[in-house]
This record gives sequence, C-alpha cells and structure tokens, in this order.
Amino acid sequence: MTKKLVVIGAGMASGRALEHLFETDAGAYDVTLFNAEPRGNYNRLMLSPVLSGEKTYEQIVTHDDRWYAEHNVTCRFGEKVARIDRARKVVVGEKGEVPYDKLLIATGSTPFMIPLPGHDLDGVIAYRDLEDTERMIGLGATPGAKAVVIGGGLLGLEAAAGMAARGVEVTVVHIMGHLMERQLDEAAGYLLRKALVDKGIHVRCSANSRQILGDGTGHVRALLLDDGTELPCDLLVMAVGIRPSVALAKEAGLEVARGVTVDDHMVTSDPDVLALGECVEHNGALFGLVAPLYDQARVVARTLLEDTAHFVAREVSTKLKVTGCDLFSAGDFAEGEGREDIVFRDPARGVYKRLVLEGNRIVGAVMYGDTADGNWFYGLMKDGEDVSGMRDTLIFGPAYQGGAAADPMAAVAALPADAEICGCNGVCKGRIVEAIQGGAGTLDAVRAQTKASNSCGTCTGLVEQVLAVTLGDDFVMPAAKSVCGCTDLTHEDLRRLIKLQELKSQPAVWQELGWTTPNGCHVCRPAVNFYLLADWPLDYQDDPQSRFVNERNHANIQKDGTYSVMPRMWGGMTDPKELIAIAQAAEKYGAAVKVTGGQRIDLLGVKKEDLPGIWADLNAAGMVSGHAYSKGLRTVKTCVGSDWCRFGTQDSTGLGIRLEKKLWGSWTPHKVKLAVSGCPRNCAEATCKDVGIVCVDSGYQVGVGGAAGMDVKETERLVDVKTEDEAIEWTAAFIQLYRENAKYLDRPYKWIAKVGLDWVKAVLADPAERAALNERFELSQSVYRKDPWAEHVHNRADRYQPIADITLEAAE
Amino acid sequence: MSWIDIGHIDDVPLRGARLVKTPVGCVAVFRTAEDQVFAASNSCPHKGGPLSEGIVHGTKVTCPLHNWVFSLETGEAQGADAGRIATYPVRIEGKRILIDAASVGKKAAA
Ligand code: SRM
Ligand SMILES: Cc1cc2nc3c(=O)[nH]c(=O)nc-3n(C[C@H](O)[C@H](O)[C@H](O)COP(=O)(O)OP(=O)(O)OC[C@H]3O[C@@H](n4cnc5c(N)ncnc54)[C@H](O)[C@@H]3O)c2cc1C
Ligand code: SF4
Ligand code: FES
Repeated sequence: MTKKLVVIGAGMASGRALEHLFETDAGAYDVTLFNAEPRGNYNRLMLSPVLSGEKTYEQIVTHDDRWYAEHNVTCRFGEKVARIDRARKVVVGEKGEVPYDKLLIATGSTPFMIPLPGHDLDGVIAYRDLEDTERMIGLGATPGAKAVVIGGGLLGLEAAAGMAARGVEVTVVHIMGHLMERQLDEAAGYLLRKALVDKGIHVRCSANSRQILGDGTGHVRALLLDDGTELPCDLLVMAVGIRPSVALAKEAGLEVARGVTVDDHMVTSDPDVLALGECVEHNGALFGLVAPLYDQARVVARTLLEDTAHFVAREVSTKLKVTGCDLFSAGDFAEGEGREDIVFRDPARGVYKRLVLEGNRIVGAVMYGDTADGNWFYGLMKDGEDVSGMRDTLIFGPAYQGGAAADPMAAVAALPADAEICGCNGVCKGRIVEAIQGGAGTLDAVRAQTKASNSCGTCTGLVEQVLAVTLGDDFVMPAAKSVCGCTDLTHEDLRRLIKLQELKSQPAVWQELGWTTPNGCHVCRPAVNFYLLADWPLDYQDDPQSRFVNERNHANIQKDGTYSVMPRMWGGMTDPKELIAIAQAAEKYGAAVKVTGGQRIDLLGVKKEDLPGIWADLNAAGMVSGHAYSKGLRTVKTCVGSDWCRFGTQDSTGLGIRLEKKLWGSWTPHKVKLAVSGCPRNCAEATCKDVGIVCVDSGYQVGVGGAAGMDVKETERLVDVKTEDEAIEWTAAFIQLYRENAKYLDRPYKWIAKVGLDWVKAVLADPAERAALNERFELSQSVYRKDPWAEHVHNRADRYQPIADITLEAAE
Repeated sequence: MSWIDIGHIDDVPLRGARLVKTPVGCVAVFRTAEDQVFAASNSCPHKGGPLSEGIVHGTKVTCPLHNWVFSLETGEAQGADAGRIATYPVRIEGKRILIDAASVGKKAAA
C-alpha cells in the first residue's frame, strides 16, 4: 500500500525534496502539502528581482498546479498547520486532520522583529514573502514616498535597492560599522556602500534605532535613532535576521535546540519525522542560504526511500542580487589558525580582492568589482586544493597565471586631470601632464614651468609620481620613505591624496590608495586616523582602536601597567577647592603625587579599573583631562605676569588661560606645548615651546618651532602683534596649518624645517587665510573641545573592567 | 573540553581586547576586524607590557610598550623578536564568547 507523506511548508527546500522523491520513485508516497502562504512553491530568492521590476511573480513560480496534479500532490495552500499529534500520527491543519506515515517539517524561518517601541505600527514589515514584496512595490506607486530599511545585510540591501529602483527614497540603517559585515570585510563594505550611495540610497552605519514613531492613526511616520535623528518614512522594513520556525516541532515534543535537531539523514528525534531547510539545526549549525538546503533535499528523498545518504554541510558563497554591485564572498573568516592574507586592490577600477589562506589552502575569499574569478577560488577552496605552487599569482585568477604585480602608482594614475596636486599654487594634474608632454622631463623643469611643488614642497612626491606615470620608464623615481610596509606612499603623499580624493574613512584610504594589508598596522593606523579626523572633523569619527594605549585610555601607561592621571590646570592656576579634590582623589586611589614640569599635578600609579572612578571624582570638582598623554595640546605654561610681577608688561597668565581654553582637546600631529611669559626675562620658558609668546610693552612676540626635548631649539619669530586677540588668532591659525599639513609624529620644529618658515609666514600673513584657518580650527573644536574623561565615565566605564572574572566561582 | 561563557562578542571592541581574570592570571581576549576571537596571555615576554592594550591589526597585536608584534593565532613574536605568548582555546557560540576552562586552570565542574 502507498504510504502517506505529509509535508509542512511549501518552500525552497521542500519543493526540491519532492522533485528528488518523484524522480526516483513517483509512486512511493501519497503526498499532502501544507503551506501557510496562499500559494505553492516559488523561488523565494527571486523576490528581489520581482521587487526591482526585473521579473514578475509568474516567472518565479517553480511548481504550478499542473505539476502538483501530475504528481498527485494534495495541496492545502493557505492553510496553516496548527499541531502535530505524534501519538496518533496526524497533522492537524486549520481545516482538519491528515494522517501520516512519514512527516516532513519544512517550515523555514521567521523574520526577527526588533521589539522597538512602535514595532507593531501599520507599515512596519519584514522581507520574507510575496505579500511583503507587494507592499514595497505598492509604495513605488506613491510619488515622493520614503522608506527606511533597518539592517544592512543581504536582505536589507536587496529590499533597499529594489525600492530605490522604483523611485522610493530609501535610507538603510545599519548597526555595525560597515555593510554586510558577515560576508564582507571593511574594504569591500566600503566599496559596496559607495555603489549604493551612487544609486541614491542613503546609508547610515553604526546607527542605533531607538523608537518607531507613529502618525497618530496607527501608521508609521518615522524612525528615531539614538543620536536623536528622525528619519521620516511611509514604510519601515526590518531585515535584521531570521529565526528558525520551530514552534510546531517544539510543541510536538521533538528535540529542538536553536533549530529542529536532525541527524545526518535529516531525521529528527522521532524516526518517522524528518525536517529540512532553515528550520533545522545540524551539528550545531543553522542555514540561511539555499545551497546546503538543496543538499539536504537530496538526502531527505533518499531517506524517505529507505536508502542511506549523509548530509555534509559545505562552504557557501554569497552574491548580492543588486544590479551594478558585483560582490562575492565565500568561506568562513571567523575561525582557524595560522592564516595569511593576499590582497589586491585596483583603485582605478574600484576592484578589491582578498584571499585568506590557511596553510596552503584558500579558506576565504572576498571580492568586489571584479568577481569573475569568484567561482574559481570557491572551487579551489571547496576542494581544499594546495595553492602553494601558484601563490604569487593566485590573486590574478586563472587567466593571469604569471600576471603583473599590483601597481604602486595606481592611485595617482587614477586621478582626474582636474585634481589639484599642488595646493599652494593651485596646480592640477592636467597642467603638470601638459608640461611634461611639452618636454619638462625633470622635477625642476616641472617646478619651473608650473610652479607645482615650488612652495611648501609637500606635494613633491606626487609630482614625481605624475612624472613617472606620464614618462613611464624614462623617469626614475627617487626612493622616498613610505609610511610603512602596507603602502608605497609617503606621509606627505598620503595626506595630499586624502584631501584630493576626499577619502573620509579608513577603508576608503585602504582601497583607493591600494593598501596591501586588510586593515593596516600599528604604524599606519594611528597616522591615518589622525589625518582623517584632522581633514574631515565632521564626517570622520575618531577610532580609538587605531590609537596608542595612552590616547585610547586617556591616561599615560606606566612601566608596571598602572596609569597616571593629570587634570588640566588652566595656565598653571589652581585654587583650594581643586587642590582638596586632588588630595582626596590621591588618597582614595592610592596615587603618588608629583608636581610636573608643565605646571600641574600628576597622580601616578592608578589602576586601570579605577580610572573611571578617579575621573568622576575630579570631574565633580570641575576638573577635566589634561591630555598629558595625547598628540594634542598639552600645557600652556605661564608666568605671574602683570597681575603680580614688578616687570610684567601684559597679563601673561590671562592670555595663557585664554589660549588653553581655546586649544584644549584638539588633536595634532605630535604634542603641542605653549608658554606665555610676561616679559623677556621669560620665566615661563616660552622660547623653547612649540608656540611661545613673550609679552613686551608694545604687544606680543609670537615665536614658533621651539623644543626642549631630544632636540633643543629656540623659537623663531612668527610675528609681532599689538593685541591679545591677534596673538590668539595667529596662534590658532599656525596650529591649524600644522594640523592640516604636517607628517604624523613631526613636532612643529621638524615640520617647519621641511616646509620653511618663510612659507608658513607667507600663508599666515594673508588675513583671509588666517580667518579661514581659524574657522576650520573652530569647526574641528566643535567636535573635540570636550572632556574625554566625562565621556568615558558616562559611556564606556565598563570597558575599563575585565570582561569576566572566572577565578571567583569555586570549582567543586 | 568544557567551555565557560565569558561574555557577549560586542563587549569586546572590534580590533580591540578585554581582560578576563582566570586562575592562570589575566588573559586577554582579542576581537579582530573580521570578528575572529582569540585568547592569549596579557603579559608581553619582553617586559610585561599589557597586550590587551595593544593595537590589533589583521590577526596580530602590537605590544603597547615597545612595539613587539605577536601572532594571535600561534602566539609567536613576529619579525626579528624572539618570544612566545601562551594562547588559549576560545570559540564563539551565537554571539557569546566561550573559553576552554581547563586550559586557563579551572577544574571542570563535576
Ligand atoms: C610628567 C612629566 C615629567 C614631570 O614629572 O615633570 C613628563 C612625563 C613624560 N614625558 Fe615629558 N614630561 C613632562 C614634561 C616634559 C617637558 C617639559 C615641559 O613640557 O615644559 C619636556 C621638554 C619640552 C618639550 O617637549 O620640548 C618633555 C619632553 C618629553 C619628550 C621629548 C619630546 C621631543 O619632542 O623631543 C618625550 C617623548 C615623546 O613625547 O615622544 C616625553 C614623554 C613623556 C612621557 C609621556 C613618556 C611616555 O610616553 O610614557 C612621560 C610620562 C610619564 C608618566 O608615566 O606619566 N617628554 N616632557 C612632565 C609633564 C608635563 C605636563 O604637565 O604635562
Ligand atoms: C528576499 C529573499 C532573497 C533571498 N536571496 C537569497 C539568495 O540570493 N541566495 C540564497 O542562497 N538564499 C537567499 N534567500 C534565502 C532563501 O530564500 C532561504 O534560505 C530559503 O527560502 C529557505 O527555504 P525553506 O524551504 O527552508 O523555507 P521557506 O522557503 O521559507 O519555506 C517555508 C514555508 O513554510 C511555510 N510554513 C511555515 N510554518 C507553517 C505552518 N505552520 N503551516 C504551514 N506552512 C508553514 C511558510 O509559509 C513558507 O512558505 C533569500 C530569502 C529572501 C526572503
Ligand atoms: S617672565 Fe618676566 S613677568 Fe614673568 S615672572 Fe618672569 S620676570 Fe616676571
Ligand atoms: S614589554 Fe612588550 S614590547 Fe616591551
């Protein structure tokens, strides 16, 4: 007698399983197929092309009525299964029971909805089935419609691109730092974001959703983010993940972990019940892509026919079905030992490829822009092929075995003709190329004809690269010292290219400038981080993980691993209240107390765990971080000046305090120290500071480029001014010029030696230039003039404690 | 092996580290840009620098005191420096970080 098979769920997985079953033995089972959706099997993957308008629903149906009829499948579509009664071996549907000999659970998964306030408003949907798709398509018909997608993974981005293709204004809100972080590294994520932004999609990464706002009639109106931004929308799509649909199986008493537990034969804890698809868990793994589900389908058919087959989970690869976004990702980047990277970047074509090797085998591959070789790599990876023989050229793919190495000049070659190479003299690449083609074959000749690299000289490296790119082998590049092993660029070229190409994130720098490592090293990361925050204070967010320990923890690490804490003492002035608070803090946290050479008080030997505590105490007394640890403004030393001293000509203390209050918190290429002395006796030692001001009867002598550390240098006069306000204006302009141009870890005196004091003076002599520099400095200070201690006490105090203490629980 | 849950992956900053106090001393738990997790001794064999405070790049960390670089996978010092830090098995389950109990000196609970 024919046995009865009941299938719950007509999805991608069960559809394939039935095909295999009928192909092998069409008459073995009488099949009843339940589906909660009011339709049969269709290709769920293809909902995205339906959404974007590239396909119709009819084109993605995989099994039609005729097929079900031919194979004698009793269809119960639009009917949800309510219960499984294993004792009686019946499945209870909404419209009645069906008995089974074998049962196949293929219920797929359920989209996870973040329980934000407002998640139950009308217009808040997931992206899973045809209904969701139609809802989004409907939105495209409304002119001026807006949508927000929460989730920058595969599904979220396909939803966003599909709606955008229908004219909807879409914003993607993603909690992580880059898109599709499960499949892509930062560099590929950056390129993807760039492509989506080019399609007019707004992308917000590192964004936390707080609440979904309604319009008063129960319909969604906007999404409110943690930072207070409101994103208006007519539809909000949540695509943040899926959960295996296990409710039926659980209620039936089957073994369920995160998914329905199955063995290698796809059999659950009940020998007559099988399961497959996204609802199952096999060897601790869950599934979210179809490739392994098709393997499961083959095994299910064999098991049902009492044949033996084993399901083996294999590597999966991902592609995003968004036109114009060519990406490929395969393998697991998250586990394993002894791995190495091979990275290839072609900034000109927007290509990025990265292979992860373990031993001599490929274990992961990410590529963007040129994915033609993806399947070749995927094949090598799946087969565990030894690639040591072709390692050197592997990244170029099968067609290029023996191909050329990456071009260190690609970034400059890719610049458009109107890219400004020399900022001082406003000379663009096209003009330089013209001069070279007209016969200027040397740096000097280019300088003479175009004036490029004729002033501060920091663009010299770039001009040489333009020469090399234009002349080819006829020009020999002088050897210049690159930032580190990750790039061939010098610091100066790097800075210039960041400005020129408006690179505003670390992945943008790595990609567009052809870095050879995935995310830099301890040498280049702090430099790149500084250049980005100095050039784009509002767009770029400081990255604490690219900072040395002192700057990350806002305290100086000591040789025994404890820290020193030094509050600011504006211009060296303090009062009894501050001193009492310092004394109490020292006592409470067992710190040694030292008066520093910078006119303030150092609390030494504080434990990392105690930092937030001591900061909070000092904050409570009105004190803020002294940045004694930073490449930034340190101290402004002052003398007692005209307030007290019989020789004092001006209020040196007051000016020092004003300067410190203006400059504090700013990050600079290296540390910056100031001093203001009330007369040429110079008790504040102003003549050996980065900026030193000596007050005289007629006004203020502003000197720059002093030092008293490893080198001792006297300041050189920048300018003499009459008023305190002018002294401050010149000082800030000078520091901003230094911030915008100097190489990371050059003190001002080293930088001035490179660009020449004459150039600095010439730039600053222009009142409009000074005003602009001051304006840019203030813009940056609108972000950075704040106490990092208070911020850390508030937002990240827990980071200063160990994540866990497992010494405590006694082991029995 | 018996695994102890030490926290959520997001408690460790990307390209950063946190400390775990264990019977064998402070162990640093690192998270790379690719969300891989490693555990290793916090103490640099050079002069005891706290490795959890170093810059994490690729699957390496640079000691904050004198810039020795260690592979987080093997524990070996890179380049010209010779030395090794102990590494401990860790793994991710869901979003939780688990560390091998025995290797950090904890007797398995009976
Ligand atoms: C605390 C203090 C010594 C003191 O007890 O007085 C000090 C302590 C340190 N100095 Fe200094 N310097 C201190 C005033 C100075 C001075 C004098 C001054 O500022 O008037 C100088 C010479 C002036 C100058 O900078 O030109 C000075 C020149 C240096 C240098 C050499 C800089 C150079 O460019 O040559 C370094 C090394 C560096 O920064 O790379 C340094 C580095 C350091 C570090 C941060 C070393 C480090 O990276 O760990 C020390 C931290 C000790 C700790 O564990 O907290 N310290 N250091 C002084 C803090 C002043 C303050 O209130 O902020
Ligand atoms: C828009 C979109 C794009 C995708 N793109 C890709 C891609 O490019 N590549 C890729 O590999 N994967 C992709 N996926 C994932 C892929 O579609 C799934 O992995 C696959 O569909 C899972 O198959 P399944 O049979 O397990 O579940 P499903 O296909 O979800 O089928 C389960 C069915 O069971 C029904 N059901 C659930 N409970 C009951 C019940 N109690 N009673 C009756 N019926 C019930 C459901 O209604 C559903 O129809 C995409 C998914 C979506 C939504
Ligand atoms: S620098 Fe001049 S004004 Fe200042 S304390 Fe010394 S002598 Fe007095
Ligand atoms: S203590 Fe680590 S490098 Fe010196």
